[in-house]
Amino acid sequence: MSGWIYRKSFAFAVATTVVVLAGSIATMAYPMLRADMHPRLEALKPPTPLQLAGRDVYQREGCVGCHTQTVRPLPSEVARYGDYSKAGEFYYEHPFLWGSKRTGPDLAREGGKRPDGWHRRHLENPQSFFARSNMPSYAWLAGRPLDPAEVTDHLNALALVHPELRTELAAVRVALAGKDEMDAVVAYLQTLGAAVPRQSPRAADLSIPNPVANDPTAIARGKQLFADNCAVCHGDEAGGQEGVAPSLVDDVFLGQRPDLPDAAYFAMISGGSDAKPIEGRKGQPDGGMAAFGSQLPQKDIWSIIAWIRAEKAHEAAEGAKAPAADHR
Amino acid sequence: MNDYRYDNRTIQGFILSAMAWGVVGILIGLLISVQLWAPAANFAPYLTYGRLRPAHTNGLALGLGGGAIFGLCLYIVMRLSGRPLLFPRLARAQLWLFNVTIAAAVLSLLAGYTQSNEYAELEWPLDLAVVVLWVMFAANVFGTIARRREPQMYVALWYVIGTVIAVAILWIVNNLSIPAGLTKSYHLFSGVNSANVEWWYGHNIVGFFFTTPILAMFYYFLPKSTGLPIFSHRLSILSFWSLVFGYLWTGAHHLVYSPLPDWLQTLGIVFTLFLIAPSWGSVVNGYYTVGADWSKMRSNYLTKFFVIGITFYGLQTVQGPTQALRVVSQLVHFTDWVPGHVHMGTMGWVTMVVTGSIYYVIPRIHGTTIYSERIADVHFWLVLVGQLLFSVTMWITGIQQGAMWKATNADGTLKYTFVETLAKNYPYWHTRTLAGLVFAVGMLFFVYNVLMTIRKGRALEGSPGSSPAAAPVA
Repeated sequence: MSGWIYRKSFAFAVATTVVVLAGSIATMAYPMLRADMHPRLEALKPPTPLQLAGRDVYQREGCVGCHTQTVRPLPSEVARYGDYSKAGEFYYEHPFLWGSKRTGPDLAREGGKRPDGWHRRHLENPQSFFARSNMPSYAWLAGRPLDPAEVTDHLNALALVHPELRTELAAVRVALAGKDEMDAVVAYLQTLGAAVPRQSPRAADLSIPNPVANDPTAIARGKQLFADNCAVCHGDEAGGQEGVAPSLVDDVFLGQRPDLPDAAYFAMISGGSDAKPIEGRKGQPDGGMAAFGSQLPQKDIWSIIAWIRAEKAHEAAEGAKAPAADHR
Repeated sequence: MNDYRYDNRTIQGFILSAMAWGVVGILIGLLISVQLWAPAANFAPYLTYGRLRPAHTNGLALGLGGGAIFGLCLYIVMRLSGRPLLFPRLARAQLWLFNVTIAAAVLSLLAGYTQSNEYAELEWPLDLAVVVLWVMFAANVFGTIARRREPQMYVALWYVIGTVIAVAILWIVNNLSIPAGLTKSYHLFSGVNSANVEWWYGHNIVGFFFTTPILAMFYYFLPKSTGLPIFSHRLSILSFWSLVFGYLWTGAHHLVYSPLPDWLQTLGIVFTLFLIAPSWGSVVNGYYTVGADWSKMRSNYLTKFFVIGITFYGLQTVQGPTQALRVVSQLVHFTDWVPGHVHMGTMGWVTMVVTGSIYYVIPRIHGTTIYSERIADVHFWLVLVGQLLFSVTMWITGIQQGAMWKATNADGTLKYTFVETLAKNYPYWHTRTLAGLVFAVGMLFFVYNVLMTIRKGRALEGSPGSSPAAAPVA
């Protein structure tokens, strides 16, 4: 670079601008013109007024500061959260909420994993599920009303770039009636990952016996594993929690009688709610059971079932006096 | 002796404002560091981690960083142009608007008004206020330089000019949004494209807010403090052009393994590696400058601020490209490693150079000397120890987190639940709060020293026979 430019301030400023723009155009402006920056999955639905209101609350509270929403294509990450994130899932995201810090877990696959009641109770008091969690309580969102006029403004703004959102404008008042900010956030969380089909568990062979049935060591281990992984929802003694998860020690399984074989329990623990259809049971519309197949070795799952069976037998023996208590 | 006066009162106003916002930002930082291990320290709705974290980053970046950039860059521009500011009243108005804007920024973030884009959280009315501030700043920078009395533009001026231009482009493009009311807007860009624009901005705002203006201070105040000329003019030229060219290609390294197209990720990684060269150009230039006479480290208390500052710049600009590599990114991305990296840049490089520069400027404005070199030394060591304890702790816990997230059993199932990996962080998070406290105490020593220097200067002004306003052109 010759010396004269350091004496001509205007020419210097122009040269600097050109140099700064080179990379900006190549990596920021030019990609915008490409189709691969604007993909849209066919299954992706635009947000409803309630879901958008929930996303607004999620933004307002800075949830993105601790929770990411991108599952990276790494085996351990897919095992923990689910299928890796696809570019076409974020068509309606203004802005993207992928985040940059995972103080809490990734939420990209949270939708449909757990029932609404779980989320509500977790938002109210995270430590009631995870004693060592550092998430603050959001109990105060409950009872805070949603403003239909505000949500209408927000939908109108987004409709400038997504005209299909206009069809929802008429329904704002009805959609928000009787709902509070807590309802909205939960509704939003249940949409996360909805456009990507969850891998459905393979058909289970229900005739496989439990290899560790009635094994005292396995039952003891199963008790510990249950306390670590299952008790947060199903209660310390598997008695269930109202609105969160059902009892596992009564005589009802998946809302029906009679009981199913151990292999059906295995399929449910391993595959979560998605395993219900292969067992001939209808899935709950709002999800339910999370899948543990990627977190627990098979032997551990069988051990948990062995412990549940032992508890069941114990409960049945006692149950002659009173119906299974609703532990709460 | 010159027949004009520099606009020292405005400069000092910016410096004192920067320090005040610095204290606010550091206190918020301490609170959120406590909230990470004590969820009961969240006070809903205004003082929760989610709302305070952007107040911490914006308060320090725009408040401390912005105030220091405005004050010290205008100081540099005047001295290197050999004349006062072209629009002194505009600069004074800018000082007032700056403080009103930052106050509104912090309050609006606590109220939950946010665009959710990192380092671009402020809603659109405040974005516009920042544009106005930047135009005011640019008018004085370009106007004063255009009417300069010194024909040659010294390297510090290049970096000031680069800062003004690049920040303007970055800020305007990434803040394009669709307003949905006074306090709410949606990013004009969506999904993958939104992510790409945001990190093109996010990485480069660090580059042109926390690198180029700080380099301007480094290239000006290091030679002024030590009396040693910059080692190589040619190296300065090479570093400058390759830095301002290379920086803008690298944003995608924040999106490694995200759904962003692979070619963009790879391009970003490649240019990030390239950036080591211009960054180290300045590091080498700095080291060889002081290398002409290392005894300055002993004889001049300011030298160490610049030397340790450029050292952390050097470490930062090797660590950054390392993190951009896919094999490293998959382990440390999303973990506490990253705040460890960021704080080495801000608490190490930026803080050292900015406080060193302020120590140089304030006594000269008042025609006096620093109140206490000993307090400056205490400040230096506390800040250094606090920052190292902070960063090293976060690197350790970051690697541990990343490793625990990835750990699998022989049959491919995960070894740890998420909460197990979280619980392991607590001892490190306690240590970080301690590190922040040490750093904060160091900064309070700095604030005290500066205020006492001003007091000392004012006392001199009152005495007969002194004419501090007519201090020689430094």
